[in-house]
Amino acid sequence: MDRRSFLKTTALATAGLTFGSSILFHSNAAELVDSPPPKKPYDEALKEITKGKSVSDSDKVKLVAPEIAENGAVVPITVEVELPIEQVKAIHILADKNWNARTMSVYFTPANGKAYISTRIRLAETMNVVAIAELADGTFIKAQKPVKVTIGGCG
Amino acid sequence: MPRSAMVKISPKDYKKDDLIQISTVIMHPMDTGLVKDKETGKYIAANYINLVEVFYGDEKITTMELSGSVSANPFISFYIKATKSAPLKIVWKDNKGDVTEKVIDIKV
Repeated sequence: MDRRSFLKTTALATAGLTFGSSILFHSNAAELVDSPPPKKPYDEALKEITKGKSVSDSDKVKLVAPEIAENGAVVPITVEVELPIEQVKAIHILADKNWNARTMSVYFTPANGKAYISTRIRLAETMNVVAIAELADGTFIKAQKPVKVTIGGCG
Repeated sequence: MPRSAMVKISPKDYKKDDLIQISTVIMHPMDTGLVKDKETGKYIAANYINLVEVFYGDEKITTMELSGSVSANPFISFYIKATKSAPLKIVWKDNKGDVTEKVIDIKV
């Protein structure tokens, strides 16, 4: 795989979701249902992850998110935990006002070499993005950042 | 139906035990289930990738759980430590049972 073809696909992906995800993907008769999926608010998502344990703020968790996201459908988020990979079990990304606040969970092994994840998420409105690191000793640390959203991204 | 996906390694000229960044993109609408169909007023069913697994050789090294809050055509980037020459397999699964696999070779 060369750089050119990768960029091409990435560009195509971005173009696709900016201009026509509905045209490109929904045209082949999407399944319709009567009700939306169950809501998972932030408190519930947090409890699911921590099982009620406390989460302390830590500068070891580096959360990179834009201050203002013009398009809530594509908000780049990068999380890195500045601890040896052996000490980090997982990174959880939460968006505190989304319908499903639990956005993504990444479970690492030492083979990763580095507790790092970069992705793009949806934000329905202006809210906090919270990155929680689950450590091998069973404790939790977090960082959070408010992101201003001009156009919501969850439909 | 497998979907089109891309995997890129950076840097390309890595050596044994280097940390290398793996960047991936898969074409998927990531329907949240919250969008209403304009004609019928019903909801477009949730259809999103909920699991991404990374295998390095025989070992599963990373597991990712996703929700509909991840953007369409999910981009995911992470690191691995290039400890051995082995295939790196990335498997995307969605909530409707759709599976896509992509394999690249790590050579050290």
